[in-house]
Amino acid sequence: MSSIAVATIINDDKVEFLCQPDETLLDILRNRLGLMGTKEGCGTGDCGACSTIMDGRVVCSCLVLGAEAQGRTIETIEGMANGSKLHPLQRKFIEHAALQCGICTPGFLMAAKALLEVNPNPTETQIRFWLAGNLCRCTGYDKIVRAVQDAAAEIRGETT
Amino acid sequence: MRYERPDTMQAATALLAGAEAKSFVLAGGTDLLVRMQNDDFEADLIVDIKAISGMAKVTETDDGFVIGAGVPSVALFEDTALVAAWPGVVEAANLIGSTQIQGRCTIVGNLCNASPAADSVPALVAAGAVAQVAGPSGTRDVAVIDIPTGPGKTSLAKGEIIQAILLPKPNARTGDAYLRFIPRTEMDIAVVGVAVNLTLNEDGTVIAARVALGAVGPKVILVDTAAKAVIGSKLEDVVLQALSESCSAACTPINDKRGTVAFRTQVAGVLARRAAQTAYTRAGGK
Repeated sequence: MSSIAVATIINDDKVEFLCQPDETLLDILRNRLGLMGTKEGCGTGDCGACSTIMDGRVVCSCLVLGAEAQGRTIETIEGMANGSKLHPLQRKFIEHAALQCGICTPGFLMAAKALLEVNPNPTETQIRFWLAGNLCRCTGYDKIVRAVQDAAAEIRGETT
Repeated sequence: MRYERPDTMQAATALLAGAEAKSFVLAGGTDLLVRMQNDDFEADLIVDIKAISGMAKVTETDDGFVIGAGVPSVALFEDTALVAAWPGVVEAANLIGSTQIQGRCTIVGNLCNASPAADSVPALVAAGAVAQVAGPSGTRDVAVIDIPTGPGKTSLAKGEIIQAILLPKPNARTGDAYLRFIPRTEMDIAVVGVAVNLTLNEDGTVIAARVALGAVGPKVILVDTAAKAVIGSKLEDVVLQALSESCSAACTPINDKRGTVAFRTQVAGVLARRAAQTAYTRAGGK
């Protein structure tokens, strides 16, 4: 198999890589670019652990070929904090203890970030439906939902 | 395996019509990449069609809507004119998978994957949608109902690609709706799916109807007897009962872990009644 040259933007940086035609974006991020924050859960688009944002839409990076990233803009968990300053979602996940083992957390954070960009004031139901593609086997989801609601309020400037 | 991203449909069909034994079209990839994870999956060629002009657009024309083969489901929901014209088609497409899947999956892919349980297909059939098929010798229009021929099988010839779905401009006082049964609230495959598309006259009488069923046969079923049952009525109870019965009678489902024959047959009738009532309201009926 011949390698494919791909030029893309990841977390505001121009990134070029070579990949095989059957490599997924998830493989590229983790194995070729050292961006290990994006996790592999099921590898078949069911669990959401590998959620990344591509051209503004949250996608499962296990269901995107690396070659498809040509010319696209990709955001991963590594680009979420601003230097050492955590994104409000990251901070609220910690404050609400919305994680235990942490494998699902980067995916939840990316999906929640995409939600708040299209809907800054989601209802609990909207949050639960939006995050239905992210599975967590530790928390029972309530803390995650509360963390997203609290972060949304802070971003809206309604923090007490 | 080779990955190609041609920038014309002509090049794409030529690639697929070429020598390779096993070739696949890649649009959203939410079915294809899952299949690629299987150890026994083999492909010589994958043709990514998203760089071809028009693939990522919904275009409103004098005749209706042209939905490119690369348009993700979420973009249908964001198109307010399309939602207003065909809310049932959009709600069916938006039931497919999670938010992450919605960002990639396409209605053309849903059609070409040819699952009997595909959510958007009954809604497209009820709406009278047409598939625009590009091939090495030009394009042809095919009614959506004639694309799937059985589980995982389509009528497309080697080298052919569905480049767009054409939805007609709805007549005045037209409404459509799609309902499915799943044992949970999200992220599941239809046990039964029912789409109803109704057109009313000024006094609220149904003058045209199309009723389509999914997951209760090897492919989508257009139920003419159900349409006949509601035409000329205002969906009175006795008419809804006849609609239910004709839908149940049209079912030829399998027994599997998701539903028995008896359950699917009964639920098809129940959902048909409810979908018809929603379609009627959306068409302006009271």
